[in-house]
Amino acid sequence: MSATLAPPSISFGPVLEQKLGKRVTVEQRPGADIPTLVTDAVTLKEAALFLRDDPATAYDLFLDLASVDNSKLPGNLAPKDGSRFQANYILYSTRRNEHLRLRVNLPAKDPAVPTLTGVWPAANWFEREAWDLMGIRFEGHPNLQRLLTHNGFVGHALRKDYDKSQRWLCTEEDLLQTELAARTDDPEDMFETMTLNFGPSHPTTHGTLRVVMRVDGEKIVAAESECGYLHRCFEKMSETHTWVQVVPYTDRLNYCSPMINGNGYVRGVEQMLGIEVPPRAKAARTVLNEFSRIMDHLVCIGANLVDLGALTNFWYAFQPREEIYGLLEACCGARLTSSYARIGGLAKDVPDNFVEWSRALLPGIREKIADIDGLITKNKIAWNRMRGTGYVSKENAIAWGFTGPCLRASGVAYDVRKDKPYEMYGDVDFDVPISTDGDNFARYLVRMEEMRQSMRIIEQLLARFPKGPINSDDYRVILPPKEMVYNEMEGLIYHFKLVFEGVKVPAGEIYSFTEGANGELGYSLVSDGSGFPYRVKVRPPCFPLFASFEHIIKGSMVSDAVATLGALNIIAGELDR
Amino acid sequence: MKTPPPSLPVRSPAGKIAPPLGPGIPSSSGADFLTTKLDVAVQWAQSNSLWPMPFGTACCAIEFMSVVSSHYDLARFGAEVVRFSPRQSDLLIVAGTVVDKLAPVLKKVYDQMAEPKWVISMGVCASTGGFYRAYHVVQGIDEIVPVDVYVAGCPPTPENLIHGIIELQKKIQSGELARHREAKTFVPIRVGVDPDLSIPAYSDGVMARVPGKKELPEIGETAESELNAKARAAAGEGDR
Repeated sequence: MSATLAPPSISFGPVLEQKLGKRVTVEQRPGADIPTLVTDAVTLKEAALFLRDDPATAYDLFLDLASVDNSKLPGNLAPKDGSRFQANYILYSTRRNEHLRLRVNLPAKDPAVPTLTGVWPAANWFEREAWDLMGIRFEGHPNLQRLLTHNGFVGHALRKDYDKSQRWLCTEEDLLQTELAARTDDPEDMFETMTLNFGPSHPTTHGTLRVVMRVDGEKIVAAESECGYLHRCFEKMSETHTWVQVVPYTDRLNYCSPMINGNGYVRGVEQMLGIEVPPRAKAARTVLNEFSRIMDHLVCIGANLVDLGALTNFWYAFQPREEIYGLLEACCGARLTSSYARIGGLAKDVPDNFVEWSRALLPGIREKIADIDGLITKNKIAWNRMRGTGYVSKENAIAWGFTGPCLRASGVAYDVRKDKPYEMYGDVDFDVPISTDGDNFARYLVRMEEMRQSMRIIEQLLARFPKGPINSDDYRVILPPKEMVYNEMEGLIYHFKLVFEGVKVPAGEIYSFTEGANGELGYSLVSDGSGFPYRVKVRPPCFPLFASFEHIIKGSMVSDAVATLGALNIIAGELDR
Repeated sequence: MKTPPPSLPVRSPAGKIAPPLGPGIPSSSGADFLTTKLDVAVQWAQSNSLWPMPFGTACCAIEFMSVVSSHYDLARFGAEVVRFSPRQSDLLIVAGTVVDKLAPVLKKVYDQMAEPKWVISMGVCASTGGFYRAYHVVQGIDEIVPVDVYVAGCPPTPENLIHGIIELQKKIQSGELARHREAKTFVPIRVGVDPDLSIPAYSDGVMARVPGKKELPEIGETAESELNAKARAAAGEGDR
């Protein structure tokens, strides 16, 4: 726990001072966190433009907006300037491969900042979310409506003084607002176009997404997408549970690849604690992450092709999934919601035959991927449906905050596993597939190749799967072995403290990021030193993807919208949290 | 020779298989006729041709996909024809968390289904809200729609869901559901600990119009009182 890492340094300090003077300050804190700049609401827009445009900074990718309510922080940690809210903009530079946090402290009364939608279009939905859940007002925002909760909702749920179980009745009228908003104001046009409601209960929305389109015949003239139909209050629930108890909740974010979410979360907590997990745990996590990635991509491709009418691939895609489920079940006892990652290691050691079992799975996966490949990749119907549809240019992908396979399909080779290696990814050899086409077919090809690369990673790790302990020997974070509890005084004390008080994470904050199946999965964690997280904010990879959906499908056919929705792979669990 | 259970096909002496019509009388003389009750025949047919409509919202929907795909193959149990239109289906499988924003949608989907219809609540989120005791989550879909079978698990394993479907088929075959539907003594809608505090508009479904919670007899009670009435009738001291 004795993390003595140097404070994160920024390379553009002199330029910053020259351009913005004292209005932007660098916050120096030790730890593994990303560098932080602090500014005020007046300077925010100028600072944002500088950070985006100056060649020394070039923060072109808007990743997240994490808002914090500091009103319940203990006295010694409370902000000195009497502010209550924080808006933390998480940025990334694709050119310089660096993350940055830009922070604005806001007062308790009417917290307001100018909107950054003009600087980074991706900020649009993130700002709506912050308004909805935290009540921070964004001046000049084009459409500052509630996003995740319904229109009958009163109050801002993530404020610390909001009761976690206070519900509000939602009526059907509350849901109609989007439909009305999609209507055009031009009375002449009402006869030319019609409103088409798509979702939230529709087979191709894969869950609970909703798009209201204005269509002219089959052509989409305008569209507005809406989410929140699966907003299960992950972030509020995290604040009422101990650090370890949050792990099962993370499984249900992206339920196609639960292991990756849990790993991302515990990695963030481990960074805050400053502990390292043993190599065996790292290797096991990496192998299971890659299996999860394969499962996720298989669901995405299978379901996408079902929507296009190619049902056979769905059966092909689900067979390897079932086999991987078997492995996961042997590891942790659950098929889908594994809850396997723990702070400091894994819930328990992998089974004895883990290596052989994992290796035995690979030929089956390879065979089924080859089957799908043979059926689809040179299939004329697939080409007609997927090539050229759902096109996103490289510039747009960055502006809309894409990450993951969708960003790589648009030609940006950003992969956290490669650019900021974690766990064992630094020690293995793999390629990051990219495509420059930016259409649905490119996304399909990128995912297919990623599955092959995942198998490469797994094979390399299985060839030298480390022996030794699975868990860290730091018993302040992980339960000591039972022999120690029963035979030694110290073991009993550790056990008692952990069970009764939970893991005590030192006060501080972190933005921790891993490569989820859909892109960068970020956790903004804030601790006040107690056994409970003070704030957990997830950066869900699908959120910016679905936010841009209405722009992507504009001008295309309704059937292309279906193909695009499947290819973007929107998972409602992590979209709405 | 062991007598086969009545629901299994019975081989007649002539080598022909009589349809497994529950407690019907299989033909024993070699002639091709059998006697049964119309209700039993209908219930047998209904229970074995369920058309599920998956109202899949979350993780449970992924497990539902596993159930219908090749490995578990729900087709073996007579519930194969998955329809995404409520008007074409008679079994609503609510798989996943239902949040307040989605509640009116679920109600609408249920109302659009034609009678007879059944509801399976798949997983703890749909059944009770699960571990989401939070500001935006419906604490069990029986706030909105009546539920026939609750399937436990987070998410339930495919075996568990199949078990739930088989249980539902048994209930349909026994006629228990039809009787309760007619008598409006169906599964009572859970309206919360204190009806004043609960959310009223979610509970005004067809089945929830039965006034007052206490007037609803429990399922067990009804079955028992029916049995008692039959016993009384047999003893010749019935009111009728």
